[in-house]
Amino acid sequence: MATSEAMLAIEGLAATVDEKPVLKGIDLSVPAGEVHAIMGPNGSGKSTLGYVLSGREGYDVTGGSVSFRGQDLLAMEPEDRAAAGLFLAFQYPVELPGVGNANFLRQALNAVRRKRGEAELDAMQFLKLVRAKMKVLGMSEEMLKRFVNVGFSGGEKKRNEILQMAVLEPAFCVLDETDSGLDIDALKIVADGVNALRGPERGMLVITHYQRLLAYIVPDRVHVLLGGRIVRSGGPELALELEEKGYGELQQAA
Amino acid sequence: MPAVAETIDTVRDVTEAGYKWGFESDIEQDIIPKGLDEDVVRLISDKKAEPAWLLEWRLKAFRAWQAMEAPHWAAVSYPPIDFQEASYYAAPRQTVAPKSLDEIDPELLRTYEKLGIPLKEQERLAGVAVDAVFDSVSVATTFKDKLAEKGVIFCAFSEAVHNHPELVKKYLGSVVPAGDNFYAALNSAVFSDGSFVYIPKGVRCPMELSTYFRINARNTGQFERTLIVAEEGSSVSYLEGCTAPMRDENQLHAAVVELVALDEASIKYSTVQNWYPGDAQGRGGIYNFVTKRGACRGAKSKISWTQVETGSAITWKYPSCILQGEGSVGEFYSVAITNNRQQADTGTKMIHLGKDTSSTIVSKGISAGFGQNTYRGLVRIMPKAHNARNFTQCDSLLIGDKCGAHTVPYIESRNPTAKIEHEATTSRIAEDQLFYCRQRGLSEEEAVGLIVNGFCREVLAVLPMEFAVEAQKLLAISLEGSVG
Ligand SMILES: Nc1ncnc2c1ncn2[C@@H]1O[C@H](COP(=O)(O)OP(=O)(O)OP(=O)(O)O)[C@@H](O)[C@H]1O
Ligand SMILES: [Mg+2]
Repeated sequence: MATSEAMLAIEGLAATVDEKPVLKGIDLSVPAGEVHAIMGPNGSGKSTLGYVLSGREGYDVTGGSVSFRGQDLLAMEPEDRAAAGLFLAFQYPVELPGVGNANFLRQALNAVRRKRGEAELDAMQFLKLVRAKMKVLGMSEEMLKRFVNVGFSGGEKKRNEILQMAVLEPAFCVLDETDSGLDIDALKIVADGVNALRGPERGMLVITHYQRLLAYIVPDRVHVLLGGRIVRSGGPELALELEEKGYGELQQAA
Repeated sequence: MPAVAETIDTVRDVTEAGYKWGFESDIEQDIIPKGLDEDVVRLISDKKAEPAWLLEWRLKAFRAWQAMEAPHWAAVSYPPIDFQEASYYAAPRQTVAPKSLDEIDPELLRTYEKLGIPLKEQERLAGVAVDAVFDSVSVATTFKDKLAEKGVIFCAFSEAVHNHPELVKKYLGSVVPAGDNFYAALNSAVFSDGSFVYIPKGVRCPMELSTYFRINARNTGQFERTLIVAEEGSSVSYLEGCTAPMRDENQLHAAVVELVALDEASIKYSTVQNWYPGDAQGRGGIYNFVTKRGACRGAKSKISWTQVETGSAITWKYPSCILQGEGSVGEFYSVAITNNRQQADTGTKMIHLGKDTSSTIVSKGISAGFGQNTYRGLVRIMPKAHNARNFTQCDSLLIGDKCGAHTVPYIESRNPTAKIEHEATTSRIAEDQLFYCRQRGLSEEEAVGLIVNGFCREVLAVLPMEFAVEAQKLLAISLEGSVG
């Protein structure tokens, strides 16, 4: 697949955190309509990749390029990347004390809509939309009244990320270990939520440690990130193999 | 640049970019020459054709002021003020007093329109009566007739002196005595105008009352005086807003507000203070040195202060409650923002004199840039105040690392039955919070606004609806910069 056709095309991406090289030349292309999984041991740079793609301060790009829907992603402000359709479900969702969950979500949605030149939703329209999404995700409406992620259990936080994703309907989703901390039922619900978003126009990058998530969200490709590089790529069967053998062999090879 | 540093940066010259009320109106003014002595006090009194007793009262205050020194205990610093360098009276020139709004200088009406305060009644949001004070005088009071039907008096202070002398004489200085403190004494000597409110027995004021203060003239101080009296069983909600043009020199605003609540009366006093704060280097801005005090004289009376302080170069202000009546209630809800070189030393005093009195203090201080923000509060329980209660919550939010937040609570309890609770927190807007918001599509400014509004929610929640929306925007604006 030629990178120019891919929705997200990463070429030779290198980045440092605190002057420490973490990403050391990543090549990865995700065409529209595909779901790619990224696996790899702790500290290999998976979250860093998500942050670099979404433009977090302190994650300095030292080489390479990223094109997203034909745009130079790395030149954009984080909020513009969001408006362009990039969404990151955080490994550790952030708490916003005093900020109501519904208010946050509505402001985010309207900010994105404004940037896209779409009409903003009023309180009633928004409530209708968010209620429908929450129902699908099996979330209680009480969560809307609470402050963003404050006092949420680990699983509730992850579900809240998926709710935000479902409401914002981004073109491209990076899910950073959304499965960790979810109980078995929640895992299935969240996976259903993610699958519902799958479509020919949408791409996804699913970061996970476990094959069990990939049993629900079957990826088109699986990549292994190790030491800041993609050391192996394959089909869904690669996840099964890794589950069985671990990263040992790959680590030695790298 | 790390996100937080960038926020500080964007926040840095906010005020200049963000102060949208900084224009000056070209209006013919009647300004008296600079300087302050007894003759000036006499001249002011004369211009207002005041009765002899009031002139005497002013002169007494002036003599007291001459013997006093400016207070130095607040955590604010500024060069000594030369009181001879200011003019103590400025008024839009009008040969005949306007009988209706149609006779008011159109430029004045335009000024208030630009400020978002249309004075033409049909254009006003229903349900709010406005008194507009321009420099030293009240230029218009709306909805007077409608209020009069209920016996409510809402007029310029100078008008009340003429039309309701017995009320003014009875209550003026009864809460804040003429010689109470340096700035209150100065105000008592030279006060020009302000609002007067009287709510008769058993009347719930049918609409929100509001005064909009505007400083326009150069080299003048503004010294307004507000007096609100709520008779037995009455209630009123009063709002006050303020703006001033952008100027390089500092201007003094030394107001006095007195509230009196009799048996079971309730007064809710809300302020959105947005005087010009000065530029990023700390040039110019208003010195806001204000004495506000309410007396809960009657049993079960209630006085509630709510303030959103975003403006002024220096704010020195402690809206207080004297809880004399049995079971009376005092409240103080405050948001104070200091950005750039702004300094605020603000808080409250709750003086519990009567039995079963209770007070609540919720203070939210936000510091950005080089801003210094001090909460200074006194809770005093006197020996006869059995079963008095106080709850104080003091939260500080820091944006950046060049600013400061300080909390100075004084607690004096002389009655062992008192229950006093004090909670204080200090937090910062974290980089991960800003990034999280931005990843969801919010700009940095929107993110700061959202987090700050969340931080202030308990205070915003007690503001009258119409003001709450305005205040939320104002909070965001006073912290926003022109992001690239
Ligand atoms: N802010 C930071 N300061 C210093 N080092 C960092 C920072 N962020 C990441 N790193 C380092 O970069 C490397 C990659 O971290 P990253 O979080 O991307 O790993 P990961 O693959 O997501 O791991 P995990 O599976 O545990 O989530 C690690 O060595 C980590 O310590
Ligand atoms: Mg990670």
